[in-house]
Amino acid sequence: MLKRLFIALFAVTLAGPAMAAGGDVELQKRDWSFSGPFGTFDKAAMQRGFQAYREVCAGCHGMKLIAFRNFADLGYNNDEIKAIAAEYEVQDGPNDDGEMFMRPGIAADRIPSPYANDNAARASNNGALPPDLSLIAKARGNGPDYLFSLLAGYKDAPEGMTVPDGMYYNAAYPGHLIAMPQPLYGEDVTYSGDADDSIEGISSDLVQFLMWAAEPKMEVRKRIGVAAVFFLGIFVVVSYMAKRRVWADVH
Amino acid sequence: MAKSDTNKNPAKGDVQEPGRRDFIVVATYAMAGLGAAAVAWPLIDQLNPAADTLALANIEVDISKIAVGQSITVKWRGKPVFIRHRTADEIARANDTNLDDLRDPQVDTARAEKPEYLVLVGVCTHLGCVPLGQKTGEVRGDYDGWFCPCHGSHYDTSGRIRKGPAPTNLEVPPYSFLSDSVVRIG
Amino acid sequence: MSATQFKSPVVRWIDHRLPVFSMLHHTAHDYPTPKNLNYMWNFGSLAGLSLAIMIVTGIVLAMSYTAHVDYAFDSVERIMRDVNHGWMIRYIHMNTASFFFIVVYLHMFRGLYYGSYKAPRELLWMLGVVIFLLMMATAFMGYVLPWGQMSFWGATVITNLFSAIPYVGESIVTLLWGGFSVDNATLNRFFSLHYLMPFIIAGVVVLHIVALHRFGSNNPIGIDTKGPQDTISFHPYYTIKDVFGIAVFLLLLAMAVFFFPNAMGHPDNYIPADALQTPAHIVPEWYFLPFYAILRAVPDKLGGVLLMFGAIAVLFVLPWLDRSPVRSARFRPLFRIFFWLFFVNAIALGYLGGKPAEGIYVILSRVATAWYFLHFLAILPLLSMFETTKPLPKSISEPVLGSSGRTA
Ligand code: HEM
Ligand code: FES
Repeated sequence: MLKRLFIALFAVTLAGPAMAAGGDVELQKRDWSFSGPFGTFDKAAMQRGFQAYREVCAGCHGMKLIAFRNFADLGYNNDEIKAIAAEYEVQDGPNDDGEMFMRPGIAADRIPSPYANDNAARASNNGALPPDLSLIAKARGNGPDYLFSLLAGYKDAPEGMTVPDGMYYNAAYPGHLIAMPQPLYGEDVTYSGDADDSIEGISSDLVQFLMWAAEPKMEVRKRIGVAAVFFLGIFVVVSYMAKRRVWADVH
Repeated sequence: MAKSDTNKNPAKGDVQEPGRRDFIVVATYAMAGLGAAAVAWPLIDQLNPAADTLALANIEVDISKIAVGQSITVKWRGKPVFIRHRTADEIARANDTNLDDLRDPQVDTARAEKPEYLVLVGVCTHLGCVPLGQKTGEVRGDYDGWFCPCHGSHYDTSGRIRKGPAPTNLEVPPYSFLSDSVVRIG
Repeated sequence: MSATQFKSPVVRWIDHRLPVFSMLHHTAHDYPTPKNLNYMWNFGSLAGLSLAIMIVTGIVLAMSYTAHVDYAFDSVERIMRDVNHGWMIRYIHMNTASFFFIVVYLHMFRGLYYGSYKAPRELLWMLGVVIFLLMMATAFMGYVLPWGQMSFWGATVITNLFSAIPYVGESIVTLLWGGFSVDNATLNRFFSLHYLMPFIIAGVVVLHIVALHRFGSNNPIGIDTKGPQDTISFHPYYTIKDVFGIAVFLLLLAMAVFFFPNAMGHPDNYIPADALQTPAHIVPEWYFLPFYAILRAVPDKLGGVLLMFGAIAVLFVLPWLDRSPVRSARFRPLFRIFFWLFFVNAIALGYLGGKPAEGIYVILSRVATAWYFLHFLAILPLLSMFETTKPLPKSISEPVLGSSGRTA
């Protein structure tokens, strides 16, 4: 009894900070292929998500923690990865003359960021800083649902709310005024095949890609987790039986 | 539950480990050991090169600008790699050497894919110093190849050990010519 | 004990010169343990295991971590992405830190309930409070290392507590920072100390155990053991019971590490530190929340800081606040009620610490803070004077013989 009480009450404390993080934003809850203990990423969706990132988001947002070699996780083979990398120009140097120079990317390079530094990024965006997206899916509460809701959350401001110049109304953004103009309108990206290119379709592809970028080891983590929990579950039972056995003669 | 030992008064603690031989108890300790061993692996494996380190394990070098008789040094896996554009005389001498004179007998053709270019890991096989002989004016040793100043090892124009304490020839890294002007090392 | 009782000649040879095996044997076999300990006595060994896990994973993390403001965040991400199994090792370090605190809190509540802090175990208890303090310092500095937004602002807020000290406060804060704000110098010293302190904790744990072995474990009845009929040897009885406890602990830990690794963390710590922008809600790690609530309950800066440290200081003098000769709450009906009130109050403080400091939460925090101190400073002294306790059994074996269900 005592123990159960402890556990229940501790659960409450743990929930405390999580609840404090809420707000008056509208989150659309979705079923993601990667949720749950057996969840996995959808490779085709991630490839589309990368395409959408590259064509729509990359003008303003970097993903500097991601290297081209990591795209093996999206299902690309070595030659495809090399080809993708070579489409980017990467700064290298200094060369023998002491100059920095540009060269085509290689698999080991990370995705180059659109701006040289934060100040340059601010200067080009009315003072607002487009965050790097490498970790964005983990850096926001309920990351995947939040990102999806944000991308699909551009609406007309409610009656009586004035939206300042350079700001936009978004139902999912905390405070509702966001400096990023609506990035997706549907059919922004030309997908090969007949994948859904509505706002929802592209957004959900982007979420797959961004969640992977933030937590690239998720699949292996869950795989090991299932094995570990299975092993430890048996260990709990066996050690309990052993404990009973050893204690059988204590009165 | 039949117990193998008749421990009537465990309170005294005078009996050796009652229940020790029971299957389930042994199984428990075995599982604990197994679990500990399984955890040891990631802790050891993390010492191995990380993914970003492995990704840089091969490099591509432009050799078109090395004049005949000149050498360049590039960094590969944290070590110097010597690339020498050999003169006809150097190649001839490397080929004319009698294999019986060598401590680590190896023909030159086995050490250079294209005779003009010799590619070597620039680490002395004795105790790991970087031999001299790359820059013009540096000592090249008695055999006109490289000379390791640390304990006096002399290498010839094929990078083979000729004199001094080093046991083997300078190592040839895995490499291939992607074109006439680009070599890929690793 | 003579070394001759060991079968292996090698062991005998070593033991004759370096009696480590005798010491181990002594602890495992000759050290009498009350036979009626319940599962609340499992948390000591679990705390030890947690410390060991923290030290092992920490040393491994330190091999790939870079303590520099420009590289710290990325070096942690490199651990997560590129170092072999690095993600696992980091998630274990992160989550075991939380589990360590859960275990230690339960261990402490156990002591409070069964009166384990009373004579002759006062020093044992006080050493425990020292460990708790050192753990808090270690965890605080560890949380700074990944150099995310919560790291940075947590460090800023907590170090600024010292600025409340009159006259010298500002100078002390500058001294702690090694600069005019939390910066590279701060990060480096925190890393150095974060590496050091767990080993100091391990040293204090040794003292804690030396003190424990002087009089042995307390027990759920709270009366002293009267002879061999009350005790059993530690091995195999409590070893196997501890193994079972460890199995349960590891199962829960594995679930957290592999399926909810970030549940006890804060998303903002995946944003690199930015000295020019404070996150909207800054909250400390959950295990600091009760003390954070006490800090914020007081409208005065110095007062809040003093009260927060007072909340821990009062634990040091607890053995002299509760003078009742009866240890276990089982025989103290009133104390038992107040214990549970205190427990609920502590949880409430934790909950309030995670809430914004506004409106009803402030008032509730004040009530809960007042209750916290009232419990120690008034209720316990008064109870020890006026409470009528139930009659104590003559020995451990007497009640235990009657109800076998109690033993496990
Ligand atoms: C009492 C034992 C310890 C506690 C309570 C503790 C606690 C913590 C915490 C809370 C973090 C932040 C985790 C995060 O949110 O990212 C951390 C990080 C870290 N700790 Fe420890 N730690 C302990 C022992 C050690 C030891 C012995 C080392 C050895 C050097 C160590 C090295 C590190 C390193 C390098 C980091 C930064 C990497 C990371 O953030 O994961 N820790 N520690
Ligand atoms: S290391 Fe080169 S001769 Fe010893």
